Amino acid sequence: MDRRQFLKTTTAAVAAAGLGAAPWRSAMAQAGPIKIGLLAPLTGVVASGGKEMVEGVQFYLDQVKNEMGGRKVELTIEDDASNPDTALQKARRLVEQGNCHMLIGDLLANTGLAVANYVKGTGTPYFIPIIAADDLTQRARIKNVIRVAGYTASAFTHPFGDWALKQGYKRIATISQDYTFGHEQCGGLAQVFTEGGGEIVQQFWHPLNTADFSPYLGQLAELKVDAIFAMETGADSTRFIQQYASFGLKAKTPLLMAMNGTDQSVIRTIGEEAEGIISAAHFAEGSDKAVTAKFTKDYEAKYGKIPSLYGFSMYSGMMWIDAALKKMGGKVEDRDLFIDTVLKTELDGSPLGKAVKFDAYGNPVYDVTIRKVVKRADGKYWNVPTQTYPEVGQFWKYDPETYLKQPAYSRTFQGIKKA
Amino acid sequence: MTMDPHAPRPSLLAGLTGRAAAIAAVVVIAASGLPLVLSNYQVGLATEVLIFGILAMSIDILAGFAGRTSLGHGAIFGVATYVVVYCTAQAGLPPVASFALGVLAATAVAAVFALLAVRTSGVYFLLLTLALGMIVWGVCLRWTQVTGGENGMRGDVRPVLLLGHHAFYWAVLAGAAIVSFAMWRFVRSPFGLTLRGIRDSESRMRSLGYNVPLHLFIGFTVSGFFAGVAGALYAMFNNFVSPSTVALAQSVEGVLMMIAGGVGTLFGAFVGAAAIIALENVVSAYTERWQMVLGVTFVLIMIFAPEGITGKLRNMLSRKVR
Repeated sequence: MDRRQFLKTTTAAVAAAGLGAAPWRSAMAQAGPIKIGLLAPLTGVVASGGKEMVEGVQFYLDQVKNEMGGRKVELTIEDDASNPDTALQKARRLVEQGNCHMLIGDLLANTGLAVANYVKGTGTPYFIPIIAADDLTQRARIKNVIRVAGYTASAFTHPFGDWALKQGYKRIATISQDYTFGHEQCGGLAQVFTEGGGEIVQQFWHPLNTADFSPYLGQLAELKVDAIFAMETGADSTRFIQQYASFGLKAKTPLLMAMNGTDQSVIRTIGEEAEGIISAAHFAEGSDKAVTAKFTKDYEAKYGKIPSLYGFSMYSGMMWIDAALKKMGGKVEDRDLFIDTVLKTELDGSPLGKAVKFDAYGNPVYDVTIRKVVKRADGKYWNVPTQTYPEVGQFWKYDPETYLKQPAYSRTFQGIKKA
Repeated sequence: MTMDPHAPRPSLLAGLTGRAAAIAAVVVIAASGLPLVLSNYQVGLATEVLIFGILAMSIDILAGFAGRTSLGHGAIFGVATYVVVYCTAQAGLPPVASFALGVLAATAVAAVFALLAVRTSGVYFLLLTLALGMIVWGVCLRWTQVTGGENGMRGDVRPVLLLGHHAFYWAVLAGAAIVSFAMWRFVRSPFGLTLRGIRDSESRMRSLGYNVPLHLFIGFTVSGFFAGVAGALYAMFNNFVSPSTVALAQSVEGVLMMIAGGVGTLFGAFVGAAAIIALENVVSAYTERWQMVLGVTFVLIMIFAPEGITGKLRNMLSRKVR
């Protein structure tokens, strides 16, 4: 390479790099709108849920005409690709390059935990309406990571275990995807159920993306239990519900599922196989409360589908943040004040139909409903509440400090009381 | 490191001609000036480019010089990341010790891979390394008590001294310069020449009396050592590790970076890493279909520059000069 050529190429390269950098730099450092960075898995294994997360946020912003706390909102959406490394990189981009005042979103626990660890260093407020990892509001709290309109995985299965006891069930088997979200949900149910005198006969853990459940279903049928609790998400849930029915188990053993198992994102693609499945959650799209009915109706009119938990949670999360911003006059730049205000703010007017507030650990306290999948007049299936446990916190009826001394739920620790 | 190994003292650096040393020095100096013109986030990206450049280079040692493309290097890389995060976050070891243990663990895993894989070549080598990598991934995913399962592990891995974007970038740059030089020396050594001989004709090398499996074994292990360095740096970069770091996609990405840069060009790895990371970041800002764009770009590179970006540039330049 001669010198002239070298100069030419390097100049071109440097110029190209400069051109690429220019618009990014100039976009920085102008006050004005509130900048919100939304992280959602738009590609990868949970992409369908990610899309509904974005819809939930946009649905709220449309309603408030893109204005929160008296200031315009600038929303930047980034795809976390269902991958923690990508999520981390996108979070960096939103914070360091986009200068976002806050982050919200992520669906999979591992992506959320990666981002949470990153914002621990930067201090950026990060809101997690979907990430359910117990320890984020229990043993490993981070001040600026707040679960607005979110929930801890085991919070709803505690009352569910109690409900199962009251149905007179004595023996339950569980089947779950083998990862933390599953361990935590099963653990919640197993602990309350066994402490109340029930027996967890056997627990099955299967890898994510299991195509064929017949080996598990065969064993489950042999166990002769009173009920089966299944913790499945996404396509696994669809397949499980279908195969459970075609195996003939539906007619014999009642099926209880984690709330994500009978979420709209799952049951809208299947039919009567889902009918009658019981689950426990804070939100039931089939509730006859006026606010819930209106939310469901409006959402359906706009997006052509009944809202899922993803849409609902993101929508309510945005509402919660907005309420806090209104209280403090939109001064989102004062991070400490912002975080404190959010934690002191109640969520009012959400589709839940009841005000919600945080406990001392930054986890919302909900009325938990027991829901049943039923057929709507137009032939679609949805979750209708049958019973309510009022004011359920993440520690159920346990003393928080004692509870926190026991290990986090895992495959090896399910809180099962030895008979 | 206090001294730049590329500094123009050619008489001390055997094999590095005056011109090569000058070019290397210019590149390193230009690279070390980057943080002054880039935003913090872009410095982060540049750091990532360097780390993945090292990984792609380590793959190139095998692919470009021994004729064996490994799909297991992402796993070796990830083992180092896991060990470093585990040692600092769970075992409370100081960063330097964790770093050393991480690289050591990666080298050990590479040695095991090498034992199993050196007797194969071509597509069998590819498949065997792929399978071995999948085993590592499976272990990381299922051994929840130690690896944290799907959720992975977090911790403050990066030493306090390097917390700033710029400081860390310079540290990684220094590391990259050292290992690049080491790899360059390695492939140009008589040992590296033997590897090239094996690439070109294994049977001839054998009949000349060379112990082919032993050479490949050492080559693989050394390559794994460098992948381990990259993985350990990645642990400090992210302060986080999860099974996606050891997944097949990681290995594939490393191989793609190496191919895009140019197989057998060694330093092309950095060009490939820069091209892919930049593309990922720029395109994903505009469309969620960025993976499609990435795919099309690859197809185009394969059609119009099968020798990789660096290889193509080199050919074009040498043609013009002539």
